[in-house]
Amino acid sequence: MSRRPGFVLEVDRSTPPTLVWRGEGFGLETLPTGSRVIYAPEPVQPLEDPYAAIRHALLHPLGDRDPLPALLRPGMKLTVCFDDVSLPLPPMEAPDVRQMVIETVLDMAAEAGVDDVLLVAALALHRRMTEDELRHALGDRVYDAFAPNGLLTQHDAEDPDNLLFIGETAQGEEVEINKRAATSDLLVYVNINLVAMDGGHKSVATGLASYRSLRHHHNPHTMRHSKSFMDQPSSELHSSNWRMGRLIAESGVKVFQIETTLNNDTFPSGFGFLQKREWEWSVRDRAKYLATSATLGKTPPRLARQVLHSLRSPHALTSVQAGEVEAVHARTLEHVWAQQGVDVEGQTDILTMGLPYICPYNVNSIMNPILVACLGLGYFFNMYRGKPLVREGGVVVMWHPTRPEFHPGHHPSYIDFYEQVLPETVDPSRMHKEFEESFATDPWYVHLYRTGHAYHGVHPFYMWYWCAHALAHVGRVIVVGGDPRAVRRLGFSPASSLDDALEIASDVVGPSPTLTHVHNPPLFMSDVR
Amino acid sequence: MASSRFGTDRLRATVRSARFPLAAPTWPTSVPRPDPERRVGLDYDHEWSRRYPVRLARAVVMDNVTRPAARLLAPATVRGVEHLEHVERPVIFAANHASHIDTPLLLTTLPVEFRHRTVVAAASDYFFDRTWKSVLWSFALAAIPIERSRVNRRSADTAAELIEDGWNLVIFPEGGRSPDGWTQPFRGGAAYLARRTGRPVVPVYLHGTRHVLPKSAESGGPPPGGSGTESRRSGRLRRSPIAVLFGPPMRPDSDENAHRFSERVEAAVATLSREVHSDWWQARRSVSAVAPVAGAERAHRGPEGSPWRRAWALDEPPARRGDKEWPA
Repeated sequence: MSRRPGFVLEVDRSTPPTLVWRGEGFGLETLPTGSRVIYAPEPVQPLEDPYAAIRHALLHPLGDRDPLPALLRPGMKLTVCFDDVSLPLPPMEAPDVRQMVIETVLDMAAEAGVDDVLLVAALALHRRMTEDELRHALGDRVYDAFAPNGLLTQHDAEDPDNLLFIGETAQGEEVEINKRAATSDLLVYVNINLVAMDGGHKSVATGLASYRSLRHHHNPHTMRHSKSFMDQPSSELHSSNWRMGRLIAESGVKVFQIETTLNNDTFPSGFGFLQKREWEWSVRDRAKYLATSATLGKTPPRLARQVLHSLRSPHALTSVQAGEVEAVHARTLEHVWAQQGVDVEGQTDILTMGLPYICPYNVNSIMNPILVACLGLGYFFNMYRGKPLVREGGVVVMWHPTRPEFHPGHHPSYIDFYEQVLPETVDPSRMHKEFEESFATDPWYVHLYRTGHAYHGVHPFYMWYWCAHALAHVGRVIVVGGDPRAVRRLGFSPASSLDDALEIASDVVGPSPTLTHVHNPPLFMSDVR
Repeated sequence: MASSRFGTDRLRATVRSARFPLAAPTWPTSVPRPDPERRVGLDYDHEWSRRYPVRLARAVVMDNVTRPAARLLAPATVRGVEHLEHVERPVIFAANHASHIDTPLLLTTLPVEFRHRTVVAAASDYFFDRTWKSVLWSFALAAIPIERSRVNRRSADTAAELIEDGWNLVIFPEGGRSPDGWTQPFRGGAAYLARRTGRPVVPVYLHGTRHVLPKSAESGGPPPGGSGTESRRSGRLRRSPIAVLFGPPMRPDSDENAHRFSERVEAAVATLSREVHSDWWQARRSVSAVAPVAGAERAHRGPEGSPWRRAWALDEPPARRGDKEWPA
């Protein structure tokens, strides 16, 4: 059967209840008649032979680049950088696409007699990956060949000895990136483009940058003018990264970009019902739903989290392209849109969304309240092209327990951000002016970032800035089933049920609002007209 | 009693009031219902029915339920089974077809070394049009779906692969049950498979099975209406003796095409049919090259004429024929 595109369902009396994520669990919600539910397209057929496709891409690069073997020679300095643990979501079943690509690149490098090869995880200000995570991303073969010799490293945005100031863009944006990468004869970047935001010049200009450089685009002003940051031509975040990327290229850094796209087959078969349309659930799907939802509902959140984070996604490679950054990324975006694009007619008064247990910044970790806001208002809200799904002044309703829980090892600065900054202000501009600098330069956070597995001290600010566009656009944010104190701390309104939320929303959007629900998984991008 | 009734009613009410996900989901009005993806007919995956546990279960049912029931229902006179003793397996059994009961009756009369290693070619449009029927016949008879209205490469490939895999095949070359008891012209499927696989065809004549389970009106008999005096026995099981006659295995000659070979198989079945009413010698003599009986090769197709005359000729007891010939 051919793949079905995404579509917009109008809820009627015959529509069964809709699946909604609620953090480490999920449930069914009956949406009001006349509501719309947006369903993602079905998964794109994966490439039959991923290794052959990767090899073909490396031998037939796009844009102004020679085939990879022609760029490799003995005595050269080669740096291979790769996306970190934040991609893909959930982590994919082995072999990870990074492993497949890097193995192919290293095969070619070995054949060409390249000795000086260094692998760098492009963390930016994310936490360092653990050995298990690196082994999963790269495979044991790569890990065992490079890590014991110190040739597998993780970018350190706070290591002055390994940062190189490239220069300033015409807009005065400072560009400072990983020195080893910048001084290599060839920088190969291995990307996973799970959503349209990833890849392009953002890979190097963000993934290998320092705080000094990142602050020029990771700020409230840029994020408010990225409409959306999932749509590169309309994203100020990307415009800034593109300027930086071009400056990096002009400075002589030779980047060979390898971008990959995955299909949206998100959950393994045991949880496959999550991504099916409810009226097509079989008896087995319903039995699985009842069993898993009841079990997760009765499982302590900590244990449920462990179970869910252990899931591996059956994501499969749908395309791989290599060569010059911009030519590659243009082709990549075509594939992303082919998998994720859904046409939607018109905006809505209320946008509803169930938030899952995972976002890019809590892999094997806890989804704290700041990340809840970031996932809903940063990611899901911004998954559009054209216009936001919700009208200006509308309401966003999210389902999530929003417990005030934090992973002390991964998110230490988030705890202080939650306790010290949010009680003072939820305004991104004010916190940017008054609080960001002190968190970004706090030596304890820097120490934890460099030596432990902590996100950088400034990271919670960035997550909040991610919400800046949505916060400026919507009239109210309501969290159903969330911890009331935590929800209020975020500046949102708590509600106990959807009916309750609609009642609260009526103050903003009137008594007969239109409602659109974002059905996930899997992820999709709305092309709103 | 009352409380039990009350409990049943409550259970029924609970079941009726169950909602999604306990009950099946309703379908949104705005979403067109696609044709259900039915893996039935030729698409039915019957591979499971030949796995060892299923074969074992089928053998248990066949030997302990179907076979005794068949003996009780249709006491069988079996002739020519000695032809199967030295034949190299697998073989293709080509039989005339007058009743749905033909298949189980034929299978239960096969020697044990054939019985549990035999698949049956069954009409995909009849036996495999529903999932439950597909499962039932695949299990009970090791049936495989074939296209009977036209030559289908997939059906032929499946049957040939199974034969090459060591499975005997029962096929009814008429392509369906006889409408009036007389044999219909044979189609070339059995002959084609014999030529393709190089396996012998064993002609089989089944006599009297239409009395055990007549063809019902619903399955192709006379149209509704009529005089009101039609038989009410059609489609019901009745106890009646039957005869199963196996002929010697046949192989196509090197220069014989499937059509010619099929005619020869049909003639062999016709000879067996005459054997029912006389004996082996008379039947052989009737088609001998020296003194053939006029029309003997086509006698199994019945006389030309009106339906009642065909029916009359069909049911004429052998004793009233008066044409018995003693061996010379």
